[in-house]
Amino acid sequence: MTRRLAVNPIACKAHGVCMELLPELISADPWGYPVIAPDPVPDELLALARRAVVSCPTLALLLTDD
Amino acid sequence: MTAPAVDELRLLPADGPLDLRAHLDRHGPPPFGDAGHLVDAVERSGLTGRGGAAFPAGRKLRAVAVAAPRGGTVVVANGSESEPASSKDAVLLANAPHLVLDGIALAAAAVGATRAYLCVGERSAGLPEAVAQRDRAGLNRVPIQVSSTPPGYLAGQETALISALNGGAARPTFVPPRPATRGAHRRPTLVLNVETLAHVALIARYGPEWFRQIGTAAAPGSALVTVSGAVTRPGVYEIPLGLPLRELLDRTGVTDDPQAVLTGGYFGSWLALPADVRLSPPALGPGVLAVLPRSYCGLAETARVTGYLASQTARQCGPCLNGMPALAETMNWLAFGTSDGDLVNWAHELTRLIDGRGACHLPDGTAALVASALEVFGADVAAHVAAGPCERAGRPPMLPLPSLAAS
Repeated sequence: MTRRLAVNPIACKAHGVCMELLPELISADPWGYPVIAPDPVPDELLALARRAVVSCPTLALLLTDD
Repeated sequence: MTAPAVDELRLLPADGPLDLRAHLDRHGPPPFGDAGHLVDAVERSGLTGRGGAAFPAGRKLRAVAVAAPRGGTVVVANGSESEPASSKDAVLLANAPHLVLDGIALAAAAVGATRAYLCVGERSAGLPEAVAQRDRAGLNRVPIQVSSTPPGYLAGQETALISALNGGAARPTFVPPRPATRGAHRRPTLVLNVETLAHVALIARYGPEWFRQIGTAAAPGSALVTVSGAVTRPGVYEIPLGLPLRELLDRTGVTDDPQAVLTGGYFGSWLALPADVRLSPPALGPGVLAVLPRSYCGLAETARVTGYLASQTARQCGPCLNGMPALAETMNWLAFGTSDGDLVNWAHELTRLIDGRGACHLPDGTAALVASALEVFGADVAAHVAAGPCERAGRPPMLPLPSLAAS
């Protein structure tokens, strides 16, 4: 199963927690909003990705199964 | 009913608007048969959505039809046409309203709908009377409510339309859930453009093979297009899909040495002329073609449209809220002010930054429009950077810009 990160851009308020917790896959754009790597989340980062998802203050970060 | 001849106009009557009696004389009553049959027929016809995204109509029907056993699905006919350079939906609704209403009634029966909405912009009048006439004739199996789409570029976007019908703001929502899963009244909802529904009404009568007699194998059927700009006979045309652009421009007549054509509307792309292309989805978008004469500045036109689109952001998504005004300002400097290579690079960078990062496609569409302008009008970009705005940039705009503020 391929898992990818996605952002609900309406819910996202650029708190920046996700990029703090998962810089391997998430970076900031010039306005502080997250840019997500399009690649699947590798197994070794899955636990960290889940932590980023549950840590988002607005629950805007999503982990989806293809 | 015999199927109309192959070369006949399918949607637009050649002899003026058809009232209910004339419509029934021409096409007969809508064939309410086996519900599953229509979904199959539309799938086999290869009909794609004519609202701009060109999604297969049969798949949309199927997605909602599978929810039918749970009862009470909804059909929404989208005739909002918030695209400023388009008038094909208003022309269709004025000339063949009963074809659209047939499509709504037939699609409603096929997906087990108990309610239907016809959402139209301010240009369409007389539809409530047409619906009432059909009620009296017993042609509507479910009530059809005519609803006014609020003004604004995004108000006709599928999820914004649903949000407004549910009593919310006419702003796009995050998907999933898609309307086919949870839409109007939080029920599975079929949203189709009014032209798509008119084709459905014809496919129900004459079949998918008839539908495929014009157009190409990959892009079957006909489509309505709105042609404006440097043409002798602007207006709405019905064309077989796959028609060479050159042949359409032969029909419309071209004036004043055209340099480029905007295809697909303000979500679309500039194309340098002459171009050896065929008109088919998805590049055709909602069927908008605006021909730009050489006497106009493509950068100025694009900058103004970008400004308009930036004014229409729903202010929900950060990358759009920040990136769209930044892109509009950058294009303004390039078109009307001072610019340098760094500014051009920043414009390119902004198109990449906003692409795909909103809940709706407003940022992606704007990014594609600007990227195509920077390429097609590359010589103008170099000239503006070197010597400031060209004289043509000072001309009044060719592309229409609604004066309304974001609503």
